Amino acid sequence: MTITTLGESLGTDAAGQVPVASVPPARQRRRSATRAGIVPYLFIAPGLALFALTVLYPTFQAFQLSFFDWKLVASASKFIGLDNYVRAFQDDHFWLSLSNSGIYMVLTVVPQIVIGLAIALLLARKSPTQPLFRVLFYLPVVTSWVVVSLLFRFLFSDDGLINFTLGDFLHLTDGSTPWLADRWTALLAICALGVWKGIGWSMMIFLAALQGVPTALLEAAEMDGANRWQRFRAVTVPAIWPALLFVTVMLVIGGFNVFVSVYLMTGGGPAGRTDVLLTYMYSQAFENLDFGYGSAIAVLLTIIVFVLSVVQLRVFRDRNGEGAL
Amino acid sequence: MRRSRWAALPAAARIILLSVGAIIMIIPFLYMVSTSFKTATYVFTTPPEFIPDPATTANYEQAFSTGDFGRYFLNSLIVATISTAISLLVSSMMAYAFARFTFRGKEAIFRVLLLGLMIPAIMLIIPQFILAKNLHLLDSLGGLILFYVAGSLSLNTFLLRGFFESIPAELDQAMQVDGAGAWRRYWRLALPLAKPGLATATIFTFLACWDEFTLALTLTNSPENQTLPIAIRLFAGSGNNAVQWGLVFAASVIAVVPVIIVFLVFQRYFVQGLTSGAIKG
Repeated sequence: MTITTLGESLGTDAAGQVPVASVPPARQRRRSATRAGIVPYLFIAPGLALFALTVLYPTFQAFQLSFFDWKLVASASKFIGLDNYVRAFQDDHFWLSLSNSGIYMVLTVVPQIVIGLAIALLLARKSPTQPLFRVLFYLPVVTSWVVVSLLFRFLFSDDGLINFTLGDFLHLTDGSTPWLADRWTALLAICALGVWKGIGWSMMIFLAALQGVPTALLEAAEMDGANRWQRFRAVTVPAIWPALLFVTVMLVIGGFNVFVSVYLMTGGGPAGRTDVLLTYMYSQAFENLDFGYGSAIAVLLTIIVFVLSVVQLRVFRDRNGEGAL
Repeated sequence: MRRSRWAALPAAARIILLSVGAIIMIIPFLYMVSTSFKTATYVFTTPPEFIPDPATTANYEQAFSTGDFGRYFLNSLIVATISTAISLLVSSMMAYAFARFTFRGKEAIFRVLLLGLMIPAIMLIIPQFILAKNLHLLDSLGGLILFYVAGSLSLNTFLLRGFFESIPAELDQAMQVDGAGAWRRYWRLALPLAKPGLATATIFTFLACWDEFTLALTLTNSPENQTLPIAIRLFAGSGNNAVQWGLVFAASVIAVVPVIIVFLVFQRYFVQGLTSGAIKG
């Protein structure tokens, strides 16, 4: 798979796939299909109608709502133009939430890529223990966010396992850090959860991508006297570049969409200091019933994520793995 | 002579590194299971106990006897099963049309469908709440099912289209020559041959519905219409001190064990789904 296909899958193209060498591109197998008048429309009608009602219309409405001072009684709602957006830009809590989302994104994306790739490299060679390790690292990925969020709230509680490990066991702290009671330590705990839960996912993608690294090239490089790091840079990285791009883009999107873990670990507290954009959006919408303002925040988030994705695709595409790192 | 890049790193060192990592990944689970067998007094002991002593199943008994836990469990099962069935039917029909027919607007419609992969689910929570309210589907299992199906359509159609396209078109044409209609070719030929794809889609859809939290939190509010993730969260309350952790984790274990079993049994479908479609982490 090429980088172009990936870019298209994230942008507009139909047949985009995870850029893994072992998967044959679907498009090559497309045959001359049958012309059949109305029949294909009958096949897509139920799904498309459902999709239009429950996804397309709400997407449109999310933008529309953001221009209104929206009330549950429709007649009381009033068009206020860009006021909700102006309000967001002047709202200190919006900026705090945005910076928390950004901090979460940076502190989770980098470790997930680095550690995920490291584990994938360690696991790349087939061995009897490989399947076992793969399962163990992937287990957090399949576990529900609700369960692991509550679990980490428990681990990071005042008398929890983390404090015991750092204090009584490793003697790194005094063992009584009130993790969830302060903005920075709470964010750290939330990020720890994000990394722990996500490593298995990036590992799986990298593991699949590493199957496509040309062994002959690695051997040739070795014979030319390239050391391990040089071989990694010159052979492995370019070969897994599309996967690297895919993982980065998905993780950045995912990072900005963090919600459940924050909602359940701190509820945005103490005093809203750990609010991320989506917990702030949620409380504006469903606690203050300010649907217009909530929608404006959601739209701003979407724009940020979209712009970041486009920028990443541009930057990565230009370099295309050659001489990177 | 085939030497992998890491051949120089002694095998033992590799295993040790991996083991340390794996232990860190697994400890939280072990501690969760262990806590679920502890009475409240023994939840926070110094040093922490991984083998509960005394061990008790009281938390599990309490979870099942507390209010509506059985109801929540059943609701989760109903919602996830029906959503998965509807989603698989509807998206496999769409996928079949995209894979086997040429028709006006085909790729344009497919691209619109793929929008569903790009729009973060939670961005739609406000308008979907309003829509559910207008359709009188607030606080009902039907409302959850509608939006769960909606949320899985894009990915499943995308995934299944690929599977249908990998079935040789000649088979389709042969059946057509024999006079089989489109529906018959879809139902009798394409679906049976796409079983691995259907299995992957089923597993991902079912687990996504089983674990879904945000929509359930927003759209439902009475116990008879709520699902397991909500129940677990209710057990945990919102304060920090009075939480009955043993009970929370007993409920969590009950919710998570089926997932882990499904994962262990159907591992290869997970890998397949992960590497052939853009699964949103």
